[in-house]
Parts: sequence; C-alpha cells; structure tokens
Amino acid sequence: MKVELKVTPDRYLPHRYAGASGDFNPIHIDPEFARQVGLPGNILHGLYTMAQVARANVNAAGGDPRTLKRLSVQFRGMGRPEQEITVTGTVKEERDGRVVVGTEAEQGGKRIIRNAEAELEM
Amino acid sequence: MPVREDAKGKRYAPFEYEVCREKIREYALAVGEDNPIYFDRERARAAGFRDVAAPPMFAVVYSAGSISPAILDPEVGINFAMLVHGAQEFVWGEPVCAGDVITTETSVKDISERGGMGFYVFESLSRNQEGREVVRGTWTNIVRGVS
Repeated sequence: MKVELKVTPDRYLPHRYAGASGDFNPIHIDPEFARQVGLPGNILHGLYTMAQVARANVNAAGGDPRTLKRLSVQFRGMGRPEQEITVTGTVKEERDGRVVVGTEAEQGGKRIIRNAEAELEM
Repeated sequence: MPVREDAKGKRYAPFEYEVCREKIREYALAVGEDNPIYFDRERARAAGFRDVAAPPMFAVVYSAGSISPAILDPEVGINFAMLVHGAQEFVWGEPVCAGDVITTETSVKDISERGGMGFYVFESLSRNQEGREVVRGTWTNIVRGVS
C-alpha cells in the first residue's frame, strides 16, 4: 500500500474551511492581521492539513472511510495557501488485518505534519 | 504567566449536534473529498450507510461546540496570543451519517509545564443517538512563553 496525495489549497481555501469548520481565527483568513502577529501571511488551519492526511490514507486503503480507525498527528511549522502540499506514508506495521501507516505532510521542503500515524482496518 | 493546573480533571456540559447533509457537503468540498458517499444519499446507502456519510475528520465540526468552551474557559487560562495547536488524535468508532445526533463531552485531561511551554490536553468523547461511541479526540494545545 502506498500513500501519496498532492493538493494545492487555493488563495481562498482557508476562508471556505473556516466556514465549513466554524474556526474563524483571523490568523487563517486575514493576511494583514497574520502579519501583525509575526506570521508570513494567513496560514492554513492545521486541522485542514490533518484532513488531507486522513484523505490520503483512506484513498490508499480503497476509499471507504470506515477503514480509518485512528489518526494521530503532530503539527509543526505552518501551512500556507497557494503552495503544494505533499502527503506521503509508508506501512510501519501490519497484523491481523490492521495496518499502521507512518505519514507526513510536506510543503516547500518543510514538514508541516510529522510523526503522523494512521491505523487502518482492511 | 505561570501555568495554573487547577482545572485538571474539569468536565464540561454535554453538547448536542445534529448532523445534516448540506453541512457534510460543505465540509467535504472544503477539504477536497470527491467520494460520492459524502454527497449522494443513494450512493451512500448502496455502500451500507444509513444516509450520506460524514468524512472521518468531520469530527472537528460536531466536536467544536464542546471543545471550544473548554479551551476558552478562564479557569484553564490559555493565553491565546501564544497558542499553537501541537498535536491531535482521533479514534473512530461507529460511522457518522446525516440525521445522526451527536453528543460530545469534553474534559481537561492534563495541564503541565515543560521548558517554558504550557501543555493543555483536552479529551472529547462523542456518542450518537444510540449511545454508541463515534469518536474520541485528544487535543493538545501548546502555549509558548509561560514562565
């Protein structure tokens, strides 16, 4: 099983994700506010990026969301809109139909999610 | 501002969320899902779901009303200017579909301080209308510069 997903969130993705999730923290949707608090611009929601890690694993397992039993991630750095994110994962452990996939999400050479572990029931 | 640990173990009132098909659609589109089971009732039923299925990470939508008051609780005392989301875990049980009523309860699992950073760990437990566990979330928030 190979986990790989590439996605480029567009400029207004953080706004749509804010509406969908209910998280309107201005660091995600207001570039000016974000710069005032020392960020390079508005940043992606970490839980959006985690959703890409979830999607990459579910897709690799055949697309049924019921296969995903557990997902844990560590957020590092910050994701930005308009830059490609690459999610990759490799099987760490396989036993009794349960697969543990070590996954990470990288953007512009930086790992924005690391040490992610997805547990799938095949 | 040093970390106050008094709120450790505190529990919050249950929060009820009714899952609707259009909210699932909005969320699924925002995160780039294209599986028809998230959009089309017939396709979801054919795949064995009661109704349109929610993507696993839709857990953040129905948990938000329970987890937010805990994170905002003045007794917990998080300094938002210095807050970062450090880590997140979800453990899924029964799938969630449109029409489900999900009740989430949040508690403060741990508050600690290491290396000038405060670690605030919340646990949420969500059950459906039949009392079956749908997700257990562990939310780790890190506050920099606490000492």
